[in-house]
Parts: sequence; structure tokens; C-alpha cells
Amino acid sequence: MKKIEKISKNIEKWFEKGKPLHPLYPLYDAIDTFLLTPKTRTKLGTHIKDSADMKRTMFMVIIAMIPAVLFGMWNVGHQHFLSQGSDSSLLQEFWFGFLKVLPIIIVTYISGLTVEIIFAKIRKHEVAEGFFVTGLLIPMVLPPETPLWIVAIATAFSVLFSKEVFGGNGFNFLNPALVARAFIFFAYPKVITGDLVWIADKADAYSGATPLANFASENMSALPSIMDMFIGNMPGSIGETSKIAILLGAILLVYTGVGSLRIMLSVVAGGLGMGLIFNLIGGSPLFDFPAWQHLLMGGFLFGTVFMATDPVSAAHTKSGKIIYGVFIGMMAMLIRVVNKGYPEGMMLAILLGNIFAPLIDYCVVQIHISRRKKTIIKINNAQN
Amino acid sequence: MSLKKYLGPLNKDNPVLVQILGVCSSLAVTAQLKPAFVMALSVTIVTAFSNLIISLLRNTIPPRIRIIVQLVVIATLVILVDQVLQAFFYDVSKMLSVFVGLIITNCIIMGRVEAYALSNPPMPSFWDGIFNGLGYGLVLVTLGTVREIFGSGTLWKMQIIPTSFYEHGYLNNGLMVLPPAALILVGVMIWVQRSKG
Repeated sequence: MKKIEKISKNIEKWFEKGKPLHPLYPLYDAIDTFLLTPKTRTKLGTHIKDSADMKRTMFMVIIAMIPAVLFGMWNVGHQHFLSQGSDSSLLQEFWFGFLKVLPIIIVTYISGLTVEIIFAKIRKHEVAEGFFVTGLLIPMVLPPETPLWIVAIATAFSVLFSKEVFGGNGFNFLNPALVARAFIFFAYPKVITGDLVWIADKADAYSGATPLANFASENMSALPSIMDMFIGNMPGSIGETSKIAILLGAILLVYTGVGSLRIMLSVVAGGLGMGLIFNLIGGSPLFDFPAWQHLLMGGFLFGTVFMATDPVSAAHTKSGKIIYGVFIGMMAMLIRVVNKGYPEGMMLAILLGNIFAPLIDYCVVQIHISRRKKTIIKINNAQN
Repeated sequence: MSLKKYLGPLNKDNPVLVQILGVCSSLAVTAQLKPAFVMALSVTIVTAFSNLIISLLRNTIPPRIRIIVQLVVIATLVILVDQVLQAFFYDVSKMLSVFVGLIITNCIIMGRVEAYALSNPPMPSFWDGIFNGLGYGLVLVTLGTVREIFGSGTLWKMQIIPTSFYEHGYLNNGLMVLPPAALILVGVMIWVQRSKG
């Protein structure tokens, strides 16, 4: 830490006003405050302080994502060698996946930070730390075969149109990472749907269908075993496959108080509830599919833990969070089971939940106010 | 005579970008340049002539029933345009489908008739209609150009993006063909317009 501080002090003067590197000051500032404590301090008055400021909160999310990232890298390599039918060691598999995933992460950061820095310059604020999380979330929800230029465009689009035009970090009413995915989904459907994109450099004869695709085509016998789905040994988006890694992240998020357990549980409850309703209706393989197995497929759990709990775009009130979570879970299940065109309902369900979150909060607050008013009237009447 | 005072709609008084009128059709018909251009032309003609005719009639229209009179004039012109398109440009007419008929609901036309033609002499009303139509057309043609180039790789049905791009993995942006992209682009144009002045 001392060393970093020293280096930072040394290079700061390059970015001062009038120096050639001054246009890049926001970048320097972002990295500097990410590693060290911010230089600006409040001077007047008393403030309630907590060591968990925004930077620490965001950093905690990144730490929580590390298991999913590492597992994702290994799985990309593992699926590749599995499809080729060749033997490979654990290290080989990880290295292959590492080389596939790292460029996507780097491109995401470069593209997103470029937009952020331009806006930081124009709007004269600092580069917000929110993007460090978004920049890691975006690669996690993409297939390993996504072309890098599409990753760059989608990231720039989402940072610009879901965040900066609404006022930057903290004003994004949609989850930027999901906006990036939705952009690719609608703009370049070829690279994010179908059986060809989920395994890197797949051998032609090998089926690359994700469990969800098999599910949508009612090909239940092709589903991986429950254990494989739980561990994550299946094709899919980079970070979404391993339920163990996601649960590890979830535990850290809940333990540190960064992610809302209330939202996570409500999403799961909503999904399970809707799944059970479908099971009761029955009548087709899709409707009869066990509700709890849905949690193991696709991005349901990843979305629940890392996307739906996004503190900016989620509902804020306590009962609002429950409504919001249940709504997302039910919508995700509804889209999965009823609409075969969109096998993965989680992305659209969360975006829809994000849009409804302010309305849910408003209603909760209004109901609370009118209830309090009624109580006051009752007390007044009793006193008279 | 100077046209300068009519030039507002092309820039700081643009019907779509500043007055936020006629947004619906600018989302619906701009997936390609050709229908966008024809639509712009049709609206310009309808706006200009409905302004001219209403302005000629302005002293004889009873104020209480002026809306219905305006509608009759506009509807007649729209039907004329529709018939001409069907007779001579059948493919474009097919492409525009109901949106030619829906020109009648375009707020720009009614707005100009109400706000300008009812209280101004015929020739200024005519020019006002022309330039408001052109202001609308400017937005439509810009949208059509951007959306067709990035959404289909063509411009006026001609291949613009070289096929070698596609061989190297370039893909058309499917979102551009969908109406939401037009909404986002209109948003961007409004943004540019506002930050200009």
C-alpha cells in the first residue's frame, strides 16, 4: 500500500492543470481513489460515518464475483476441450478460458471507461466507481464467443444511454450490465442465441445447446444432470453456469450487507411459486418441469444475486423489495415457460422489474402514509 | 421577398426536435431512406396546401366549426396524396401502408393550420407549410439514412457497407430496424439540438 501511495503521489503532478496529461485526470483520479482513500474530505459539521462507503461497497461486489469469474474461465476452457473430445489438464482448460475471457473484460473496461471519462470531463465530475462493477458484470452475462467489437459497442451504448444521459452513476434506473446484454440480444441476435455461441471454438458435431435451449425445445433428456447444473459443468454465459460460485458470492454479499437478502429470497420465492403454479396446471413437458430445477438453469441465480440486487435500480422500501423480487421471479418463469422465443427470461424480467421499481416504491410509501393518516384520525376521534 | 423568417422550422423551431410533434410517424417509417423520403415529401405537400387552402378560406370559416373544416381539407389532400402514391409508386405505397392515411393525424399539419394559416395571408401560409414540412423531412431523412446504413447496410436499397466487411465478421445492427432505435436516435438529435443553443 505504501508503495502504491508513493507511485500515485509521484505521477499525480503529470495530471495537474496545464500538464500534457491533464485530459486524462479523471482516469488517474478513478484509479487513485479506487486503490487509496479519496483526497477530498468533508470539512464542516458532523457527519454520520461508516467505513463502507461507495467504493468499498462496489469493491465488495467485485470480490463476490471472483469465484464466478474464475469458475467461468475454467468452464469456458473445459467446455471447449469437451466438445473437441481431447484430453486436457485443469490448468490447460483454465488457461484457454483465461485467454478467451480476459480480452472481453479488457475491452469492456476500455470501452466503458472511455465513455465515462468523456462524460466526467464534460460534466466535471469524477469517474464513478459503479462502472468497475458493471465492467465485470457485462462479460459475465455474455457467451464466450461474443465478438469483441460487439462487446465494445454494447458497453458504450449501455453506459451512454442507460447511465450517463440520466445523470451518471446513481441515476441509472436500469441495470447497465443488463442493458448491454439486451442491446446485443436485440441488435445482434445471432451472437447471443442459438447453439453455436456458448462453447468457444466448438467442434461441429458436438451439440452446444444450453440447458435452457434444450428445455425450450422440450428436449428434456439432453439436459445435464442436476449435479452438473449445480456445479456449472454446462455451456452458458461465462459467469452464470456455476451455482456454487454464485452462492459463495451471495453469502459474501449478504454477510457484508451489500446485497439485499430480502430481494434475493423474494426473487427465488417468486420463481418457485410461479413454477409451482405451472406444475399444477401441467399438461405439457414445459409446464410439468420441476420448479426448483429452473433455479439451476441459465442466468436465474446469477441475475438474482448480482443483477436484481443492484442498489440503484432495485426498489428501496422494505415491502417494495419483496414485491419487486417476487415480480421478477414470476416474470422470469413466465417468459421461460410460456414464451419459447426467449428461452432466458431473467434478463427481460429484471429490466422490467427495474422499470417498475420506482412505481412500487411510490405505492408502498403512499399506502403507508394513508394508513398513518387513518390511525391519526381514529385517535383524534377517540379523544373527542 | 425574403424567405428568412420562414427558416425557423429547419433549425431552432423544428417541429419534431423542438416542438416534439409528429414523432409517431418518424419512428414508424424511417427504417429505410426511401419510405422516409416519400413520407417527408407527402407531409410537406399536405402541410403546404392545407395551409394555403385554409388561409384562403380563413375569413369565411365560422370559428365554431373550424376544426371540422380543417379536417375536411386535410383529409382530402391526404387522400389525393395516397391515390397518387398508389397509382405511380405502388411499392413505396405498400411500404408506407397505413402511415400515408395517418398523415391526417400528424400534429404538425393541424398545428400549422390552427396556429398560422387561420390568421395569415395565403402566400406566407404556403411558405410556412413548406418549411415546416421540410423541417419534419430533415429529421426523417436523417433518421432514415442512419437507420438504413447501420440496420441493413444499404442506402436507398444500394449496398453501402462493402461485403468484405461482412466476411470479416461485421453484422448489421438489428436494433436499428426496430422502432426503439428510432426513438433513441430522435432522443440523440434532440440532445444535439438542445446543446447547440
